[in-house]
Amino acid sequence: MAEKNEKPRTIHTVLRVPFEMALGPTWTRFFEGLREKKILGTKCKECGRILVPARPFCPRCFEPMEEWVEVAQEGTIITWSYVNYTYFGVTADMIPIVPTRIKLDGVDGGWGGRIGGFDIKDFDLVNKKVKVGARVKAVWSGERHGHLRDIEYWEIIE
Amino acid sequence: MVEAVKSPEFPVKEYKTGNKDTVLPYNWALGPTWTKFFNGLKEEKILGTRCKKCNRVLVPARTFCPSCYKDMEDEEWVEVAQEGTVETWCLVNYKYYGQPKEPPYIIAQICLDRADCSVTHFIGGFDLSDPDKVREKMKSVSRIKAVWSKEKHADIYDIAYFEPV
Amino acid sequence: MGRAVAVIGTGQTRHGRRDDVSYPDLIKEAVKAAFEDAGITSQDIDAVVYGSMPSMMEGVAYNHFYFADALRVVGKPLLRTETCGSTGQSIAHTGIYWIASGMADIILVVGSEKQHEGDAQATMTTIPEAFMHADFVGGAPVAFSMQSREWMGHFNIDEDKAREAAAIISVDCHDGGLKNPYAHIRVNITKEDAMKARIITYPVRLLDVCPSSDGACAVIFASEDKAKKICKKPAWVKGTGFRGEEYFSGDSSKAVWQSAIEASKEAYKQAGITDPLKELDVAEVYNPFTYQQLMFLECLGFCPPGESPDYVVKGVFSPGGKLFCNPSGGVLCTNPIGAAGLIRLAEAAMQVTGKAGAIQVEGAKLALSHAMGGALQFNGITILGSEL
Repeated sequence: MAEKNEKPRTIHTVLRVPFEMALGPTWTRFFEGLREKKILGTKCKECGRILVPARPFCPRCFEPMEEWVEVAQEGTIITWSYVNYTYFGVTADMIPIVPTRIKLDGVDGGWGGRIGGFDIKDFDLVNKKVKVGARVKAVWSGERHGHLRDIEYWEIIE
Repeated sequence: MVEAVKSPEFPVKEYKTGNKDTVLPYNWALGPTWTKFFNGLKEEKILGTRCKKCNRVLVPARTFCPSCYKDMEDEEWVEVAQEGTVETWCLVNYKYYGQPKEPPYIIAQICLDRADCSVTHFIGGFDLSDPDKVREKMKSVSRIKAVWSKEKHADIYDIAYFEPV
Repeated sequence: MGRAVAVIGTGQTRHGRRDDVSYPDLIKEAVKAAFEDAGITSQDIDAVVYGSMPSMMEGVAYNHFYFADALRVVGKPLLRTETCGSTGQSIAHTGIYWIASGMADIILVVGSEKQHEGDAQATMTTIPEAFMHADFVGGAPVAFSMQSREWMGHFNIDEDKAREAAAIISVDCHDGGLKNPYAHIRVNITKEDAMKARIITYPVRLLDVCPSSDGACAVIFASEDKAKKICKKPAWVKGTGFRGEEYFSGDSSKAVWQSAIEASKEAYKQAGITDPLKELDVAEVYNPFTYQQLMFLECLGFCPPGESPDYVVKGVFSPGGKLFCNPSGGVLCTNPIGAAGLIRLAEAAMQVTGKAGAIQVEGAKLALSHAMGGALQFNGITILGSEL
């Protein structure tokens, strides 16, 4: 038994583990599309749904989704939130974040992104401007890397 | 604070892959028994516990006997010997990410005198650069003893390695 | 359904910040309590099932190897099952199926988490892959806040009404937490406190969110023969249900949570329940966020879609209401994630066997336990009853 003066210790450590993950042909093409300011989806020949990001196969029909479609860069907000707390990897200068899920015109289902283009530090302003059903459009980064963040943010329009 | 998790980077290839480091912080709780065990190492003592039911002495010390499931209140602390015998060993002569030390090194299962189990640690203190010579040398090694690190942190590396007696 | 299965013992640790003990010690605390409750020893069990969140939570890949001794797996088969938040229900089902199939008679099921050993939200950003999702998530609170907002938008629910209902749930749960000897969060709060707490991830405020807890839960299941021999008052498994959904959360509406609806329908069918609000005596609904409890009250068929705030405001799910939900204080007060879904089941078992002490719902005979998980992907249900 530990003596009274021996308070149980904890060991602090930070683990770093490197990964290299394969995107496969469908997502490779999808990310190349972003570099060219295009949002690419694929269409299921069975159920007819167009999904973004592009998929190699339909999650419901299990059929290959081989027909490529460049979809609209505008859509409506399905839902949104306001991130106002920090955790490891997310520091105070990185918040607030206004994550959203958007239904792009002509696309079946929603897709994630961030709302921006105005002072999002002001929650009341965010709550006034960002509404379920509001229209948004993609604003592209000046420099693109074939990466999801090539869309810098989604801007409220109308 | 360690660098935060970065956005993935894509090397140029026909089909892309994404490189990403996952970086996460931890605070591992030792609990009272292992706190005492590691504090013992700092004082150059190797501590085990004896189960009063099966009478075995286990190192590192345990809060409960893995066979009898008896609580640590029933156990007694035992300082085991710093010498013991080699049960098995392996020369590590290749590199991988996050390795505990620069190869080559020897990992061994070591049964310390007065303990009823073996512990994992390094064997060292002689030239490990030629695997054939290491094999020849290890044929004659059966008894080893702990070599303590000069600087101690109350962790398993307070024992630098075990050297042949 | 295979052979009948019963719960013959449950054990929980004191939940909370437990850096006073190592992980194996924590596991042992729950396992020992379950053996004592069932009146058996590790020699009586045929096999062990374990589950937690990804081992990355605690930085030990395959944490169940680390505490194999505490799980008593030496000389026995071991299965690991994990589905994120719904892990607790998944491991229970794994044990139940094992006995129902006739391949085992007594199974020890253990779930645990030691959230203070890692950074839960940072780890959870590694649950989705890095390329399509990781940049947008802000840990679990965002995923569930987005779902809550989608639900309010979909059914055109007045935000203030939902806010008030969420606050009532928060008060009921915190009251339960105060009475539950195992609970992590023990504070007295008012509806006002809950409604005005700091925003974490809109619309979710501090008192709508579960804590990060360390804790473990162990449940011992047995076949009919063994249960009748060993246990004076077993809790019988009346029905189970579990369903999955697509990975990309935008592929289907999360405002109407299909996997929760289908999982509960399956469990009701097996249990012969047609009107859950009337027939169930108590429910332990997975509620790491108050708004999710509102959604589940609908998805589990306790009230019509879009109407849960009205029912909650009327007190239907509060103490003394028609179907008291989460007398234990729920996940909202105690959240060792890998254990949380199993704690729901353990609490349900304690309720139908009259062992729930200060939080006992008088005369409870039929109880529902539930957990959700995945990247908004999974829901699992187990219904327990006092009669075979």
